[in-house]
Amino acid sequence: MKNLEDLEKKINSELTTKVLSSKINHNQIYLSINDKDLLDVILFLKTNSNTKFNQLIDITAVDYPEKDRRFKMVYLFLSHEKNQRLILNLFIKENEFVTSLTSIFPSANWMEREVFDMYGIEFNNHPDLRRILTDYNFKGYPLRKDFPLTGYNEVRYSEDEKKVIYEKVKLEQNYRNFDYESPWEGTKYIKDQSKD
Amino acid sequence: MKKETKKLNLNFGPQHPAAHGVLRLILQLDGEVVEKADPHIGLLHRGTEKLIEHKTYSQAIPYFDRLDYVAPMNQEHAFALAIEKILKIKVPLRAQFIRVIFCEIGRILSHILNVTTQAMDVGALTPTLWGFEERETLMGFYERVSGSRLHANYFRPGGVYQDLPTGLDNDISDFCIKFPKIIDDLETLLTDNRIFKQRNVDIGIVSKQDALDYSFSGVMLRGSGVAWDLRKSQPYDCYEQVKFKIPIGKNGDCYDRYLCRIEEMRESVNIINQCLINLPKGPIKTEDGKISPPKKKEIKQSMEALIHHFKLFTEGYRVDKDEIYTAVEAPKGEFGIYLVSDGSNKPYKCKIRAPGFSHLQAMDYLIKGHMLADVPAVLGSMDIVFGEVDR
Repeated sequence: MKNLEDLEKKINSELTTKVLSSKINHNQIYLSINDKDLLDVILFLKTNSNTKFNQLIDITAVDYPEKDRRFKMVYLFLSHEKNQRLILNLFIKENEFVTSLTSIFPSANWMEREVFDMYGIEFNNHPDLRRILTDYNFKGYPLRKDFPLTGYNEVRYSEDEKKVIYEKVKLEQNYRNFDYESPWEGTKYIKDQSKD
Repeated sequence: MKKETKKLNLNFGPQHPAAHGVLRLILQLDGEVVEKADPHIGLLHRGTEKLIEHKTYSQAIPYFDRLDYVAPMNQEHAFALAIEKILKIKVPLRAQFIRVIFCEIGRILSHILNVTTQAMDVGALTPTLWGFEERETLMGFYERVSGSRLHANYFRPGGVYQDLPTGLDNDISDFCIKFPKIIDDLETLLTDNRIFKQRNVDIGIVSKQDALDYSFSGVMLRGSGVAWDLRKSQPYDCYEQVKFKIPIGKNGDCYDRYLCRIEEMRESVNIINQCLINLPKGPIKTEDGKISPPKKKEIKQSMEALIHHFKLFTEGYRVDKDEIYTAVEAPKGEFGIYLVSDGSNKPYKCKIRAPGFSHLQAMDYLIKGHMLADVPAVLGSMDIVFGEVDR
């Protein structure tokens, strides 16, 4: 735990203004930065002898549709040498581009393709930004919060046409999202009032 | 006169026995030499992450069985650990031991499948038949403890679903006595087999640095000589209390990865044995009524238990606003959950980090310059299961 605090201090003193905020939680460092500093920060984290975050574990995004900067990009790193984990995040607007990490970590290639596929976030300087998990010719970005769980199109084999066809989703009953939250705790505005 | 040659594009899969599932691999060949490989994945994509966002925490657990379906409980473990860390639940010791026993059973299940099918991909049929008999026994243990051979849904945040049924611990320890002999038998068929070695030695070599750069984990990393295992370096549950070794490869080729898996099975048997000997008595899940459901008997007598039961199976439990990344050493490598909770009864975001995804990504790098016949060998040694790659 002590090491982790030292590490956080070192990162803060080296990167100074590039770090917007940092904290330690669950034995991991959480760093928040600006999108324009991404490559510098990651290059530092990978090469500096004090940090040595030499493995990129995963890249993902979180969607907050109500925020102005809608997407939170999340980069997970692991340092084998120091045995520490670091979570780096930055917020971007819907149509903003993010710099690709493929020049630093070759494994970022598919991870960024997945983020593009699921959230529609595009990456600068990515060698091969195609969809990866969804069907060929798929429309929409499934992990955005405004994409319905049941999707828009469904696929079936048509006996008449002797081929696989795409149709609009037809449900006998709409998807039901039950609200199980406690009724006796009152509605949200009462809870907010009681806090004051 | 120089003969003109034409490059050949070959479509491998999506239905091919050596693809270990549904992989479409577009290979660019120059004669028999592979120049480029472009894997098309996603044919088994079921939108697990989206589904989990729409389910309560306890309804989400079964989805983890359906990722890497040859070692289901290892993945439930990652999810359970993530929630335990956020809610700061203490897991009873007996539950920790039971979970470790079943994680190691999952590791053996997965490694038997991989080692024997890798052998089948390069032409040996007998190991598969011998190995699958043992998998059947192990899945029998799964069934006895959870009611299901494959999709167990057995781990819970705070412990496990139910205690071991009578006699199961004896049967598992009987298995642990017999199984090393089976590994020896498998080794007599493969380890020094001339054909098996010709097909695997010096094929698909990964250097230490490349293994790190390509985000490899698990056997793919250890096969290249990197001493890294989350069970040792970031121990979870009771892994600190058991003694075991981590086998490490030297050359980083397919054959070394095979040897690592064989040794890991022996170590798993060792871990299971230690856990069975030291298995403490006591509760098997946390006694916090807000998290784990009450016993049937209590529901009949206690009003509070009845309310807890009702609340848990309608609303579920709520998880405080937080974000966390938790990883476990699954048989295939580092399996992680990045969980964002917003204080409600459903996860706001649950990203699943599957080891196979980064391994398969390196297919182009691994196979470049090899022969077409090496594709199944490399694919086999990567231990790909499409349930987790496609999610």
